[in-house]
Amino acid sequence: MTAPAILPERGLADRLTAFFWRHPKTFLALLLTPPLLWLGVVYLGSLFTLLLQSFYSIDEFSGMVKPEFTLKTYAELLRPSNFDVILRTLLMSAAVTLGCAVLAFPIAYYAARFARGRWKAVFYLGIMLPLWSSYLVKVYAWKLILAKEGIITWASEATHTTAILNAVLALPVIGGNSLSTSYIGMFLVFVYVWIPYMILPMQAALERVPTSMLEASQDLGASRSQTFRTVILPLALPGVIAGSIFTFSLTMGDYIIPQIVGNSANFIGMAVYQLQGTAGNIPLAAAFSMVPIVIMLIYLSLAKRAGAFDAL
Amino acid sequence: MTAAVEFQSVSRQFGTGPGAVRAVDAVDLTIAEGSFFAMLGPSGSGKTTCLRLISGFEQPSSGTIRIFGQDVSTIPPNRRNVNTVFQDYALFPHMNVRDNVAYGLRVKGMGRAQRHAKAEEMLALVQLPDYGDRKPGQLSGGQRQRVALARALVNEPRVLLLDEPLGALDLKLREAMQDELKALQQRLGITFVFVTHDQHEALSMADSLAVFNQGRIAQIGTPAEIYDRPRTRFVADFVGSSNVLPPAVTQAMGGPARWASLRPEHTRLAATGPLSGTVTALRYLGAATRVVMKTGDTEIAALVPAGHPLPEPGHSTAIAFDPKDLHVMEDE
Repeated sequence: MTAPAILPERGLADRLTAFFWRHPKTFLALLLTPPLLWLGVVYLGSLFTLLLQSFYSIDEFSGMVKPEFTLKTYAELLRPSNFDVILRTLLMSAAVTLGCAVLAFPIAYYAARFARGRWKAVFYLGIMLPLWSSYLVKVYAWKLILAKEGIITWASEATHTTAILNAVLALPVIGGNSLSTSYIGMFLVFVYVWIPYMILPMQAALERVPTSMLEASQDLGASRSQTFRTVILPLALPGVIAGSIFTFSLTMGDYIIPQIVGNSANFIGMAVYQLQGTAGNIPLAAAFSMVPIVIMLIYLSLAKRAGAFDAL
Repeated sequence: MTAAVEFQSVSRQFGTGPGAVRAVDAVDLTIAEGSFFAMLGPSGSGKTTCLRLISGFEQPSSGTIRIFGQDVSTIPPNRRNVNTVFQDYALFPHMNVRDNVAYGLRVKGMGRAQRHAKAEEMLALVQLPDYGDRKPGQLSGGQRQRVALARALVNEPRVLLLDEPLGALDLKLREAMQDELKALQQRLGITFVFVTHDQHEALSMADSLAVFNQGRIAQIGTPAEIYDRPRTRFVADFVGSSNVLPPAVTQAMGGPARWASLRPEHTRLAATGPLSGTVTALRYLGAATRVVMKTGDTEIAALVPAGHPLPEPGHSTAIAFDPKDLHVMEDE
């Protein structure tokens, strides 16, 4: 007896398979509808509401939100006290991003190029492990490390390098009474907390650069630094940009670290937190929230114009 | 004539201890200036490692490598006047074709206008004028191959290394590129060293070639020498589709009790002959048909030109040949 050309149907699973085989678009629609609803309604919807709120203003006498279109709230952002907050956050975010990039690159490069097998696992574990512990615990731990009575002061006394520490703390603006109450301390904590978000995309980008590309550069006469500037960096740039989007936007929106570490100067995240909470000024809070979004959009368009995504 | 490349008992070992692999094992090699030299062998035979030893991407564990008489042990790849066409071409995806070709001149500090002019010249040489503004991603495999060639040649290297240069191309393009590479080499007079696992490619392009086996050179010679007089069973087996005959069969065919090779194209079918057996397979090749006959444990192939009568599988036949075509090998 010969086998039939068509095998018997085995029930619902086979019938569904047949249906989706005949209607591949239905399958796609079924697959995408729930996440698109979530993304569209919950995420983009609330973002749009935020945008809308930022064009309202608050009535100064009653403290109620006036649902009328105005640019008054945005004008308030330019007031010196508010504009300082924006500028301060922007500078800190830029410094943190730069610090993360410089520290992350060698680690990511090592992991992408040389780490194999067990060492790769150690790398991933080492990068991910800090992400598993509570963010607050890490920040408070850093406060203790940086405090005047903390480990760093103790270590500098033990190694007779107090003079160096004091010289660093005596720096104008970024220095302070102790590391935990200075911009330097805040910078260190930000870099520590966000650096995994820089390393991982960088490593992924560097891993996609074939070794033969680096060999070709060397073969054609390039020195190490020429290869870095003309081949590695441009090819890894999409990863660097992706990482910097994380570190930049995470720093811009953070409102915990500036409260715990540093000199209590106001940052965008803290301003939003205070404005929508105690002050009840939702429109101004919304306008503040739009600042990081606008800055990121400008940053991305500049990066695109500079050719950062050409290698994608 | 000076030697372009010279290996003196060069070894390259990967790893240490009992798991160590000798990818290249005490190789002595001289490549004459201006020649088109092929390194032929199966994968893992050490031919690519030898190429990388010349370019500097591998360092010898022991032995000396000289390029035009100069010891290059301490010289990194970027200071060797040697350029490579990589197997995957390794074109920079973020640069256009012109900048790719001009890259070597750029890192040497040549001005933009001058290096672009030179790059255009090279692109014309590899028959890709007007392609300068395109990105490598917009080119076909054959075009990328030419760009990689132009990018290497623009530096006017003393030796050009080609790592499986035609491996990624389809058959027709590969044959066209073979002719072109050969013509280019003759025109420029640069020493070409290329690595391949394709014996037809090696035989048709090279002036001389080295056959690699397990990290050692099994034989060096001109294509004709290697094809007609293989020194070992491995060479006879790997280069071309020769019959490799064990000592007993060689003796039965009137030779000494040694391993021998017999080319299928040197045999003909006959009613009677020194060796008879059963036909096991026929393969139609167009201009001829390959007839495989089994005698004892040995399979022997004969080529029957088109138009001649063919035996049926299962029937017995005999093989006749000119005794001078039976090549007795020096080594096993």
